[in-house]
Amino acid sequence: MASESSYYVPENSWIPVLTATSLGSMALGAGLFVQGKTPLILLAGVTLLACVLFTWFSTVIGENMRGMTNAQVKRSFTMAMGWFIFSEVMFFAAFFGALFYVRVLAVPWLGGEGEKAMTNSLLWQGFSAQWPVMQTPDQVLGGTKFVGPHENMGFPGWGKVLEWLPLWNTILLLTSSWTVHIAHHAMKHGNRTRFNVFLAITVALGLAFVAVQYREYHEAYTTMGLTLKSGIYGTTFFMLTGFHGFHVCLGAFMLSIQLLRGLKGHFKPDDQFGFEASSWYWHFVDVVWLGLFIFVYVLG
Amino acid sequence: MVSKAKRLVTGGIGALALLPLIHAIAAEPAAQPEGWNLLNMPKGVTSVSQNVYDIHMVVIWICVWIGVAVFGVMFYSMFAHRKSRGHQPANFHESTKVELAWTIIPALILIVMAFPATKSLKHLYDTSEADLDIKITGSQWKWRYDYLGKDVGFMSQLATSQASIYGTAPKTEFYLEEVTEPLVIPVGKKVRLLMTATDVIHSWWVPDLAVKRDAIPGFVNETWARVDKPGIYRGRCAELCGKDHAFMPIVVNAVPEAEFNTWLAKKQSEAVALRALTEKTFTRDELMTKGEAVFAHTCAGCHGATGEGIPGVFPALKGSKIALGPVAGHLNIVVNGKSGTAMQAFGAQLSEVDLAAVITYERNAWGNKSEDNIVQPVDVFKVKKGQ
Amino acid sequence: MAHGPAKGIGRWLRATNHKDIGTMYLWFSFTMFLLGGFFAMVIRAELFEPGMQIVKPEFFNQMTTMHGLIMVFGAIMPVFVGLANWMIPMMIGAPDMALPRLNNLSFWILPFGFSLLASTLFMPGGGPNFGWTFYAPLSTTYAPPTVNFFIFGIHIIGASSIMGSINIIATILNLRAPGMTLMKMPLFVWTWLITAFLLIAVMPVLAGAVTMMLMDINFGTSFFNAAGGGDPVLFQHVFWFFGHPEVYIIIIPAFGVISAIIPTFSRKPLFGYSSMVYATAAIAFLSFIVWAHHMFTVGMPLAGELYFMYATMLIAVPTGVKVFNWITTMFRGAITYETPMLFAIAFVILFTIGGFTGLMLAIAPADIQYQDSYFVVAHFHYVMVAGALFSSTAAVYYWIPKWTGRMYNEAMGKVHFWVSFVAFNVTFFPQHFLGLAGMPRRYADYSLQFADWNMVSSIGAFAYGASQLLFLYNVIATIVAGRKISDPKVWEGAEGLEWTVPTPAPYHTFSTPPAFK
Ligand code: HEA
Ligand code: HEA
Ligand code: HEC
Ligand code: CUA
Ligand SMILES: [Cu+2]
Repeated sequence: MASESSYYVPENSWIPVLTATSLGSMALGAGLFVQGKTPLILLAGVTLLACVLFTWFSTVIGENMRGMTNAQVKRSFTMAMGWFIFSEVMFFAAFFGALFYVRVLAVPWLGGEGEKAMTNSLLWQGFSAQWPVMQTPDQVLGGTKFVGPHENMGFPGWGKVLEWLPLWNTILLLTSSWTVHIAHHAMKHGNRTRFNVFLAITVALGLAFVAVQYREYHEAYTTMGLTLKSGIYGTTFFMLTGFHGFHVCLGAFMLSIQLLRGLKGHFKPDDQFGFEASSWYWHFVDVVWLGLFIFVYVLG
Repeated sequence: MVSKAKRLVTGGIGALALLPLIHAIAAEPAAQPEGWNLLNMPKGVTSVSQNVYDIHMVVIWICVWIGVAVFGVMFYSMFAHRKSRGHQPANFHESTKVELAWTIIPALILIVMAFPATKSLKHLYDTSEADLDIKITGSQWKWRYDYLGKDVGFMSQLATSQASIYGTAPKTEFYLEEVTEPLVIPVGKKVRLLMTATDVIHSWWVPDLAVKRDAIPGFVNETWARVDKPGIYRGRCAELCGKDHAFMPIVVNAVPEAEFNTWLAKKQSEAVALRALTEKTFTRDELMTKGEAVFAHTCAGCHGATGEGIPGVFPALKGSKIALGPVAGHLNIVVNGKSGTAMQAFGAQLSEVDLAAVITYERNAWGNKSEDNIVQPVDVFKVKKGQ
Repeated sequence: MAHGPAKGIGRWLRATNHKDIGTMYLWFSFTMFLLGGFFAMVIRAELFEPGMQIVKPEFFNQMTTMHGLIMVFGAIMPVFVGLANWMIPMMIGAPDMALPRLNNLSFWILPFGFSLLASTLFMPGGGPNFGWTFYAPLSTTYAPPTVNFFIFGIHIIGASSIMGSINIIATILNLRAPGMTLMKMPLFVWTWLITAFLLIAVMPVLAGAVTMMLMDINFGTSFFNAAGGGDPVLFQHVFWFFGHPEVYIIIIPAFGVISAIIPTFSRKPLFGYSSMVYATAAIAFLSFIVWAHHMFTVGMPLAGELYFMYATMLIAVPTGVKVFNWITTMFRGAITYETPMLFAIAFVILFTIGGFTGLMLAIAPADIQYQDSYFVVAHFHYVMVAGALFSSTAAVYYWIPKWTGRMYNEAMGKVHFWVSFVAFNVTFFPQHFLGLAGMPRRYADYSLQFADWNMVSSIGAFAYGASQLLFLYNVIATIVAGRKISDPKVWEGAEGLEWTVPTPAPYHTFSTPPAFK
């Protein structure tokens, strides 16, 4: 193999087409599920996906351990991970774009500012633009579909700063970025124990973040009246933080796999791609959070 | 000798390729172009439309001349530099001078085009100092016109019959271009048009006025028109808005100011008379006849001519639980609609009499028979007032 | 490593070979082209004369929507990915794609995605009927229930594109033969590098757009609902931020194909290689900042209109650079007119015409009259059919001898070209007239003054469709019974690594990096 040529082309494989099958049944299943029909096809798809991805990654890890992947292949993996993260950045960009658009243009227009003054006087009389939107246009006209929150997630003032959960979350995530960096450094110097310890701390911080966010959502739904249905503020708030939270879970999962691999001694100072890729992902998640913290919470 | 023939031939081929284009734009637009004469944009009857037409022609001619030059060179080499003529390939490439030239010259041409375009756009956007405000509301698949501050408003929808559309009746001259009631505007006055919609996005387009502006639910867009010439101008909905997108035409009747004022006064008194009818009690037959007509042009589009609906999209009314059930529920859905669905609040579109008639019709037609099956205008009035 | 293809269906299901996967992409795309073309035939048949004859309006809208979606996402995008798979490794001296298993996954998602999409036509309420641009709220609150399948279908198709693009970028940046610097790569490789970048940048935005729809439909959010503080126009901004780069995603690989074919049959190197590279990059950059030229009638503030008008007009400059380069390449060459060259020349002419109408559309005040009319339909078929489709047809004729070791039937190819060329113009040129005179697009029926040109257009469309069957026949005949050839170079004027390997190209092209200049 590797001796035959300087290139490595993998054997034919069933894994990708099975992955495609699982994605296909997830799409079909999700379509059925959101319409209130059977969740079984979705579940089958997810299960199959979990199995094939597990096989896929263990195959690649196995190939690597057997020395079949040379430096060039690793470079391809590195690039792939980089561009994948870029695509994730663009996904978030769509939602940030939506947030900026409604804050800067749509809500003021509805409130009668700027070019579209007639919008307010003919359709939404009584609605005034403010951000966060605490009273939706619908609600102002006596509707009940979109009812704004009693409280929002913005900065509560210095007096209550210690009760402000997003601040804690920022601290948690920033720390975790730092600990994952220490772990990386440790592995580069061959210090496995230090690597394992700091990686474990990182994962724990990630989980703590998720727990805090869970608490925040719970509060939003139970006491603040802030839900997905509370108009554009709830919409942008939950979509942005929700997708971020989902990515934190994903990143924490990736890192815990790397932790297991670290405990099994998979990594070498010059060979730790799986870990490095996960840690880039983690840094990306962290950077997105900073954006959220500023635009959704501090200025929100 | 050879080179002359060569040039002739290449020129010929070039001209041939551009012939339809040149033909298209050289033709002066006829008054009402149709058939093979229908080739170009109308000049229209407003300052904006004429402005737009001029820009359109300038840009087209610039493109034609660039095309003649570019394709001319190309056809020349296609003919002269054929291998079959024994032409040997040259081997030149890269020339900074040429490359700079063909970057800068097009850029300059674009700048030239940008000036009139900017001016025209500013003119088009200037909605200030209007003499009359008309609110235009698009709903699936009809328009509503409200003369703001004048207490006049009405629906305007396709007048062509289904039979004509489905080929069982002949197609008349204004097939798909006729409406139940046109928008009437005074000539020579700046009319501000305020567009909005109740359900999906529509777009109000009358080519002769060069007005096309999207009607967006929840927002109001402004534009304007000052028509210089009395006449009837026809247009269409230009934004895909569902099933009957092709069937919501627009007709604008521009009339001299005096005529407009008499028309307005007449509409105002009609509105008063219609309101008086609300108190009258109608017989079942009166309601059924009227209801059938209202149903045919207002409801049949979705619920089908015989109330059969379209499975999965529009519910059948034949045998529907609501049409067979208590009258309150039926009144409620027709008057207030159901938000978040295509079922509109018809309370804002139809008079009490029409609503009573159509509900009565639905409760009795197609074998539907429900307990108290007659609804009077007063009942509707109460629902509208929230009693 | 296996040295030859595996046997049976497993070869295709388990494929990791770039040529096998490329072949599957090409056939898949052709199937989708026939399907999308069939839908176009339904549209043209209904529009043959005024009145509703064949379908109901609600079904007509589904045809229009599915035609647009299938052609763009199912036919044109995969055909270029197929060409990339086949040609990029051969052009840069790589053994295969950088991530062969990912490559297989990218392909196999497509049949699932499109089956899901197409099957909605048979479900209650019908398939997507809101146009390929699926503007909210027609596609949210007022959509048929199958919209959820549409949304998830777009999700996985988008994932396929992203993975395919990542693969292409990794291949190009990482697997070039030693000595092949970026500025020595064939232009087709360059155009794909840039296209792949565009894809990775905008497909996630499309995913974001459909996700917002999903939430509005099923979970009570109000992105596109003014009652909750959102705005239907927000959808259009997000969509076109994807959608405008998307149309360049469709055309940029076509530029690459044309830049390979014209020098070959002119027997003369491309006039300005580096300016072609920079022009392509400039087009890609501009494509991110012009999106709202599709929204000149939504009532943007004046400043927005002006900005988007100016920015859009700028695109004519780098595109002009490309056109001028092709023509200067032909100038003083030694030109022959084999079928690929005929299609390439037709591309240059017709694409330029389409570009001119594009420029007209960019003039915001005039676009008030053009927008959502058949003038726009004419514009984009000139750039997409005569642009993207003609160039991919040219590419198939150009490379099929290398793929199969057999020569296609030249006479039949020429007939195919001339029928396509004439029928194309008969179909789409009159649509300019219709649009200018006021016929809106997505109309199931129209008033009487539009009858004549619509009939002409329909006749042209049927002829165009029929000529594609000739193409199908020619391709199959070539594969099973074409004249065998073995000259690696195939075409006298061809240059590049792909023409140095044997004909037909061996299953594994380069097992060691080739020497390059
Ligand atoms: C392959 C796809 C493709 C390509 C390449 C283009 C190219 C261009 N398009 Fe097109 N366009 C579409 C596909 C494409 N378009 C589609 C699908 C739609 C409709 C979407 C929908 O609504 O469904 C659309 C719609 C569309 C609109 C919106 C119309 C409307 O709905 O109102 C506009 C407006 O500006 C526009 C502009 C342009 C411009 C300026 C270019 C430029 O890139 C063209 C540049 C080229 C040239 C100008 C010719 C060559 C240049 C020279 C020879 C140099 C000298 C020339 C001059 C100085 C004039 N396009
Ligand atoms: C690259 C993309 C692409 C391609 C290749 C095409 C190809 C064609 N398009 Fe396409 N078209 C779009 C992209 C494309 N289109 C888009 C994006 C829209 C907008 C959709 C929207 O509004 O949302 C559109 C809209 C559109 C309309 C406007 C519909 C409307 O507004 O209601 C029309 C109308 O004439 C049309 C016609 C055609 C025709 C005749 C072809 C022909 O070139 C097709 C020829 C191919 C075949 C016919 C297949 C081969 C033959 C057979 C399958 C055998 C059967 C043959 C016969 C019966 C003769 N298209
Ligand atoms: C644009 C399409 C459209 C038009 C026009 C329309 N409807 Fe409806 N109608 C609907 C839809 C969609 C529903 C289903 C609403 C829902 O989801 O409950 C509906 C529901 C109804 C129902 C309740 C039926 C049931 O069993 O749930 C009645 C009654 C009704 N419409 C009467 C009318 C009348 C009367 C008119 C004309 C004056 C009319 N509709 C015009 C779309 C329309
Ligand atoms: Cu209303 Cu189209
Ligand atoms: Cu565009």
